[in-house]
Amino acid sequence: MTAGSALPLQPGAGPARAQAVGIGLWVFIGVASALFSLLLLAFALRMNGSDWAPVAMPWQSWLATASLVAGSLALQAAARAAEAARPVQALHWLLVGGACAALFIGLQSWAWQALQAAHVLPAANPAAGFFYLLTAMHGLHVIGGLAGWAVTVPAARREADRPSAASLGRLYQPASATWRIRLCARYWHFLLAVWLLLFGAMGWLSPDFVRLVCGTR
Amino acid sequence: MSYVAAAAHEPRSFWTRYVWSQDHKVIAVQYACTAIAVGLVGLLLSNLMRLQLGFPGRFEFINAERYYQFVTMHGMIMVIYLLTALFLGGFGNYLIPLMVGARDMVFPYLNMLSFWVYLLSVIVLMAGFFVPGGPTGAGWTLYPPQAVLPGTPGSGAGIVTMLVSLAIFIVATTMGGLNYVTTVLQARCQGMTLLRMPLAVWGIFTATVLALLAFPALFVSAVMMMLDKTLGTSFFMPSLVSLGRLSAHKGGNPLLFQHLFWFFGHPEVYIVALPAFGIVSDLISVHARKAIFGYRTMVWAIVIIGGLSFVVWAHHMFVSGMNPYFGFFFATSTLIIAVPTAIKVYNWLLTLWRGDIHLTVPMLFALAFLCTFVIGGLTGLFLGNVSVDIPLSGTYFVVAHFHMVMGVAPLLVVFGGIYHWFPKITGRMLDDRLGQLHFWVTFLGTYLIYFPMHYLGVLGMPRRYYEHAGYQFIPPSAHALNEFISVVALTVGAMQLVFVVNLAWSAVRGRPAGANPWRAASLEWFTPQSPPAHGNWGPRLPVVYRWAYAYSVPGAPQDFIPQNAPPDAGGFEPGPEPLAQRDRAGKPGVRIRQGGRPRHAYRRARHGGSR
Repeated sequence: MTAGSALPLQPGAGPARAQAVGIGLWVFIGVASALFSLLLLAFALRMNGSDWAPVAMPWQSWLATASLVAGSLALQAAARAAEAARPVQALHWLLVGGACAALFIGLQSWAWQALQAAHVLPAANPAAGFFYLLTAMHGLHVIGGLAGWAVTVPAARREADRPSAASLGRLYQPASATWRIRLCARYWHFLLAVWLLLFGAMGWLSPDFVRLVCGTR
Repeated sequence: MSYVAAAAHEPRSFWTRYVWSQDHKVIAVQYACTAIAVGLVGLLLSNLMRLQLGFPGRFEFINAERYYQFVTMHGMIMVIYLLTALFLGGFGNYLIPLMVGARDMVFPYLNMLSFWVYLLSVIVLMAGFFVPGGPTGAGWTLYPPQAVLPGTPGSGAGIVTMLVSLAIFIVATTMGGLNYVTTVLQARCQGMTLLRMPLAVWGIFTATVLALLAFPALFVSAVMMMLDKTLGTSFFMPSLVSLGRLSAHKGGNPLLFQHLFWFFGHPEVYIVALPAFGIVSDLISVHARKAIFGYRTMVWAIVIIGGLSFVVWAHHMFVSGMNPYFGFFFATSTLIIAVPTAIKVYNWLLTLWRGDIHLTVPMLFALAFLCTFVIGGLTGLFLGNVSVDIPLSGTYFVVAHFHMVMGVAPLLVVFGGIYHWFPKITGRMLDDRLGQLHFWVTFLGTYLIYFPMHYLGVLGMPRRYYEHAGYQFIPPSAHALNEFISVVALTVGAMQLVFVVNLAWSAVRGRPAGANPWRAASLEWFTPQSPPAHGNWGPRLPVVYRWAYAYSVPGAPQDFIPQNAPPDAGGFEPGPEPLAQRDRAGKPGVRIRQGGRPRHAYRRARHGGSR
């Protein structure tokens, strides 16, 4: 029998770990995509009911959308800064991205309160039920993202506290914060894409259009 | 994970070794023990159902409500909490890292969480027995509207515990699935290409992908039904009069639930079947001392079956009504899936053909799987046709079909797999005589149970009925047959206790197995210690030079060549011709890539023959 190298050929630390977590995130994004696709499909199919009454999107949801767009841009800036060995800048953008996501959750909760104040309750009509369901599902995924972000912030902070890349020159090695920030950015972009789809569907998808696509009109 | 990282979560106390363990092997055993325990509950429920069906009215405590609760809990337990958990959580956890040459799963902590969340789902499910009104009796498909309407057993807290338990189970499965997929893609040892992985890993890997994509459909339907039940939404619940009162629901679409449920439900069949296909391929090859026939077609068949399983779901809904063109589409796609499945069956038979067949207990179970799966699959061809399905759908013919093909057949593989890998897990052999007794009673018994059910179904005997008395079209002989089936079912049920006793006794007192009692070639049998220690491979990871099916290689000193034996030993997998031609040209540069093909191996195989 032959044995291989004692070097860490498998993910435990360093680039291999980053790659493993990256694959894991892609797989999770696949699962979440399946979940939201099915929810959207159910939303579209349920529209055929005679009791369907569209819900006007509360203005808070528009603000929430803007905050998620800002969060996604901030995380992208953080990832670029981390890759360019500017850890302090990366930390700042990372904090901004997380704050935007937290703001998104707050604004969505406000949107819920606004709807409830207008007596648009989950049981009122199926469109309202779907609004609460889809926003809750998406919000849970944002909260999950914030958990990952909370793990990344200390790593980014440690990285920002290290001697600067410029002073280390060729000795500088990017730390684990870089790939973590990159993965956070990827997940934030995914959350934004899903939200835009959900928001678009809830705001503008009409029963007539669904019937036209399904050929049942 | 690296040796250093593996050592970081090395257990240092009883609690971290056996309870909060992050070691994939311990987690696999935890999964398996929990699944077997809950499976015994499912078995008990089936025996209680058989008592009612065989001897109606004789056991007063089995009233109609309880009967439906037994049916529902039996179905859900067996399909989800036993088979899915055992194949993915049990076999997947134990076999994947060992078979691909990894130290552990890539996310050990998540793996540990996966088990504890699974256990929580089982506890919540079992809590359903103790809530007011008992567990749900809506049938394992939980169809609305009756699942949440008063009048259905367990329509209060029972359905809520079921839906909560399912949602928790799906979270656990997702955690586990992320690990299995990433480990297979990322943590294979040097030389272990995807097309050198044992078919057991291919089956579990593909089933995991299916689970990750299909379980969200169950999650969505469970959450939406929960909202219908608790918040009064009308996603699935139509406007209706229930027990003389107009319900508060309006406009919901029960068919939407059926589509979502079966979009999960049919891939679920293959989530159970694909690991069974993979494991049985390995059992047949080892115990017939012959390379698996058509390895690459076996891999492609697994992948194609997995893909097709997402476009056949509505064949479970022919009686629900649908556009005839849809019926045609789903009937056709259902029949098409038989093609790759048949390829697998032929390849198993051709592997057995002129093999050195050893009728060990694992091999007996593997052969029994072949017979059972073929018969169960053939009746599936009947039911895949709309015109045949409609009259048979509500009868015992369907009960016989799905129990043969996705109940008994995968369970036979579970047993075969446990008999095969028990020596690896414990270092001891299971008792052979008890194993033979267990096999013959289980195999013959299940045939005696389910074969007659086909006839009952053709007679028109309806399934889902609490009692069949007073129907003129059911002759007395059918009732006699039901009595017979019940007696056999009780016997087969009792025999599973013998299996459990064998497990417990042999784990402590069984004959020492040695490192490789079956003289298998796959990597998991070549760990430095057996049972494998934490980290599996000691300080150095293995290097793989060939596939897992190098058996009876002409000229080899023994009838198997380990996957990690030096290249000189020969026994390489059949390779693609262009590469072989390149090697014949004698290009220099012998090298081994991470997860790649050692090229000198081919050259020696082609020029020097098998040694």
